[in-house]
Amino acid sequence: MTQLPFSSRHIGTDAAAQSHMLEAVGYSSVAELMAAAVPRAIQFDRSLADSLVPPAATEREAVAELRALAAQNRVSTSYLGLGYYDTITPAVIKRNVLENPSWYTAYTPYQPEISQGRLEALINFQTMVADLTGLATANASMLDESTAAVEGMLLARRASKSTSRRFIVDADAFPQTKALLRSRAEAVGIEIVEMVLDAVDHPAHPAADAFGVFIQYPGASGRVWNPADVIEIVHQAGGIAVVGADLLALALITSPGELGADVAIGTTQRFGVPMGFGGPHAGYMSVRAGLERQLPGRLVGVSVDAAGHPAYRLSLQAREQHIRREKATSNICTAQVLLAVMAGMYAVYHGPDGLRAIASEVNRAARSLAARLAAAGYEIVHGDYFDTLQVRVPGRARGLAEHAHSQGILLRVDDDDTIGIAVDETTGDAELLQLAIVFDAVTAPPIATTDARAASEANLERARRASAAAEEITEVAPSLPEHLVRTSDFLTHPVFNTHRSETSMMRYLKRLADYDYALDRGMIPLGSCTMKLNAASEMEAVTWREFAGIHPFAPKSDVGGYLELIGQLERWLADVTGYDSVSLQPNAGSQGELAGLLAIRGYHRSRGDVDRTVCLIPSSAHGTNAASAVLAGMKVVVVACDELGNVDLDDLRAKIDQHAAGLAALMITYPSTHGVYEHEVTEICRLVHEAGGQVYVDGANLNALLGFARFGDFGGDVSHLNLHKTFCIPHGGGGPGVGPVAAKAHLAPFLPGHMFAQDAGHLLIDGSRVEHAGGPISAAPYGSPSILPISWAYVRMMGLEGLADATASAVLAANYIAARLAPHFPVLYTGENGLVAHECILDLRAITAASGVSVDDVAKRLVDYGFHAPTMSFPVPGTLMVEPTESEDLAEIDRFVEAMIRIKQEIDSVAAGEWPADDNPLRNAPHTAQSVIEGEWAHPYDRERAVYPVHLLVRGKYWPPVRRIDQAYGDRNLVCACPPPEAFE
Amino acid sequence: MTDQSELRYTSEHEWVLVEGTVATIGITAYAAAQLGDIVYLDLPAAGTQIAGGSVVGEIESTKSVGELFAPVDGTVVEKNAAVEDAPELVNSDPLGAGWLLKVEFTELPELLSLAEYNALIGE
Repeated sequence: MTQLPFSSRHIGTDAAAQSHMLEAVGYSSVAELMAAAVPRAIQFDRSLADSLVPPAATEREAVAELRALAAQNRVSTSYLGLGYYDTITPAVIKRNVLENPSWYTAYTPYQPEISQGRLEALINFQTMVADLTGLATANASMLDESTAAVEGMLLARRASKSTSRRFIVDADAFPQTKALLRSRAEAVGIEIVEMVLDAVDHPAHPAADAFGVFIQYPGASGRVWNPADVIEIVHQAGGIAVVGADLLALALITSPGELGADVAIGTTQRFGVPMGFGGPHAGYMSVRAGLERQLPGRLVGVSVDAAGHPAYRLSLQAREQHIRREKATSNICTAQVLLAVMAGMYAVYHGPDGLRAIASEVNRAARSLAARLAAAGYEIVHGDYFDTLQVRVPGRARGLAEHAHSQGILLRVDDDDTIGIAVDETTGDAELLQLAIVFDAVTAPPIATTDARAASEANLERARRASAAAEEITEVAPSLPEHLVRTSDFLTHPVFNTHRSETSMMRYLKRLADYDYALDRGMIPLGSCTMKLNAASEMEAVTWREFAGIHPFAPKSDVGGYLELIGQLERWLADVTGYDSVSLQPNAGSQGELAGLLAIRGYHRSRGDVDRTVCLIPSSAHGTNAASAVLAGMKVVVVACDELGNVDLDDLRAKIDQHAAGLAALMITYPSTHGVYEHEVTEICRLVHEAGGQVYVDGANLNALLGFARFGDFGGDVSHLNLHKTFCIPHGGGGPGVGPVAAKAHLAPFLPGHMFAQDAGHLLIDGSRVEHAGGPISAAPYGSPSILPISWAYVRMMGLEGLADATASAVLAANYIAARLAPHFPVLYTGENGLVAHECILDLRAITAASGVSVDDVAKRLVDYGFHAPTMSFPVPGTLMVEPTESEDLAEIDRFVEAMIRIKQEIDSVAAGEWPADDNPLRNAPHTAQSVIEGEWAHPYDRERAVYPVHLLVRGKYWPPVRRIDQAYGDRNLVCACPPPEAFE
Repeated sequence: MTDQSELRYTSEHEWVLVEGTVATIGITAYAAAQLGDIVYLDLPAAGTQIAGGSVVGEIESTKSVGELFAPVDGTVVEKNAAVEDAPELVNSDPLGAGWLLKVEFTELPELLSLAEYNALIGE
């Protein structure tokens, strides 16, 4: 049987459904609809012959091609360390979380009543981090370790009492973290002073004149030392101490909190999350009491629901960038939820004793290796270490590392005379013997062969022989200083001490998944979030060892398949957006924005335009734009929008005149955040260019444009894309994200570079090469490569034609919903022909004024009808923004339309006085099973209406586990760790 | 409840009650309603020198984080510890128990009357 084209699996509506929908919208064909919706001036004439995107492959073909790419990678055993370690993902977590759509297709838990499962998983993560680091409160989560260090530095500047602009950085910090700190500090006027930190006690220490310090603990060299004195000096000057700590080491050594640290940051990668050539992994940050409100990113807290039961929710939302804009604590929005869930579950599965045992084994491996090497005459640089050794090999470091690589082993060259070796939980006796052989520290005779694979097998055999022959190293001296041995408890909460059997663990994961509403239950019509299908075949390659098992700093010869996949995806993305070069390094849209703005900054400065620092941002822009601009060292100037939500051209001209000499950039979202194709966009771009500014087009809404218009053609100089929106990377319940930045050739040299990039050169669209030489924006050179096969597969299986079909289908679905709901709810903004783009805003303000029924009430009532709410009060307060995407079929779209119409009837009943304003099915939504069963039913509507407002729900009901959650209570009584089990009784 | 007409107002939606050389400062009922449920206040400690027009504190609600602007130059003599413990007081009684700061002021700037303030907020 012929395989159906993938696009017909990805797009939910078929020809018959689309013709029905077109009728409702009033167009005779999809082509006619798109011609009317997309302004003619920007429509791009897609010629398949010229496109770099190959014709669509079938699912089977695409997976086979990915297999071939995977085969070009070589999985060496990595001892490179520097924050990335091989780890054992418990199979129960891999199958039930990483490969389970109930977890990976959920959205950020903005609707807490239908997100209790992942909120509980995240509060486990926060508790784990807070416990291990010995600090009061942890967030959930950071994008990676190095950006977490940057956030720590920025937090220190906000919270410090010192007026110094100096930040001290440990010379023994990870090199990629130092590079990121330097690059990000420069943009915001912070002076970085790198120095060797040691136990010091004199007040003339440079740390005495700094707003903060970053300390790596244990150091990159592996050294374990006590930084308490340095922390004390920083504190005396009113500064803040940020410690980058290895969570596994903290199972054995004194926590940063106990040493006086204010902030701890790091990664949770080695808690069961594969290295994946750099990511995605969850970074972490925790703070001492008093700094909670300075935490960037997302923070899960405990509140109560309408019945007084404890319930989880995101806390301190008002501090996030979407509200505070340029005054936000950070520009981060998408976090690394799926990976944080995995790391938290690793701790749940192993418990405190299990973690201690793993850490002890890792330390024992390092000690036994040290003993063996020392016995063979090698000098071990530091006597106090956890898992990483530095070995002195005068003049031989490079040669030795090359030899090791030929044996399938990656050693770290710290300098010509020094090798670093970081062991991990996969390092067993066989691996230790292999290492010993590489260092010629065993006595078994060599086995002669020239073939690398055979050599590696032969060496294993030799290792086995050596094992039998070698002297037993029974007594291995301790390597952790006695005064730093951890004595405090951690992970004492029952959740970390219950699920030891796989059955119990599997059921716990299932129970939490069942609490949540994800795409595997129904539509998530969140405007501006593009909750489309994450196809199973796209996900296939993510867990393959050839993609998952690779260290981000592995040599180029190990990662040929990855580099080819990355190169292809870069060029496909450039091609479909009209740009010349793409960097896949940014780990989220926010980071892509920042990278794009830093590229603009770098470009202006390279031309001597150091004073071009003004960034114009329309008032309708997403708050992240302003937050990112500030972090790029720019000054935000707001441009007004007219009553239709479009950029006010007169105000734009006035602002450009006012700031002409200082104009750096305009940031504009297209289609606008109001879901409308602005007709003046070409003119807007022209005005900015004329004044010497650059145009940043925010690509968050690319799903309305792909295949019909290109940012680069109508005036964009640089854009970020969200692979987790338009290109099918699952949202993971709030991350991972990938936010590539795409730029015209003149900005390409300023795109993010990386000191460890396997290939700094990138192919431009015209075939020439350019080096991305800007500062790094992520810890790893290619960001989160292990999820790039998802987007690669999507483009490969859709082809340009399929991508355009998806766009048109998404626009049709949004216009169909707008047309069907317009008689019931006013649609706030439309373009010239009365059409919306890929989303529509339902205006509830007049309805609320007349009935008292709020946006919240409607959103929560949708849960009773079996839906995830649309986006609430963004971009306009008092409205709902609906984005159906191309993946929903007509039946599901109609089910949503019907639900909204019935809800409107319920609102009318409230307005008519049939039900009191404070006791009706909307105000009391969502209804739990308990709420309709327990006690006397005293409401003016019946129980059936409460929970089965539509008969269809009787068999397929999603039951929310909690009632409406009190937002204010949780923010007034901030609790961000697992509550005791009694709380739920 | 304080008599609204005895108070003076700023365009930043604060009220000022002048008694001798001490000004008591709070936010208006309009501002409290706009902010919604107030959950946290960050107020300057007694003894802090403040300059009129500068940001001296934060008022956080579930919807937004507002800034508290000093309406006068002077020295904080007391902050309302009760509202720090129970921020909801600012919502329930903005002109009374929900006051924020008492400031020993050096000079009193031009402030709005109730009528002028009501005109500002369109009432």
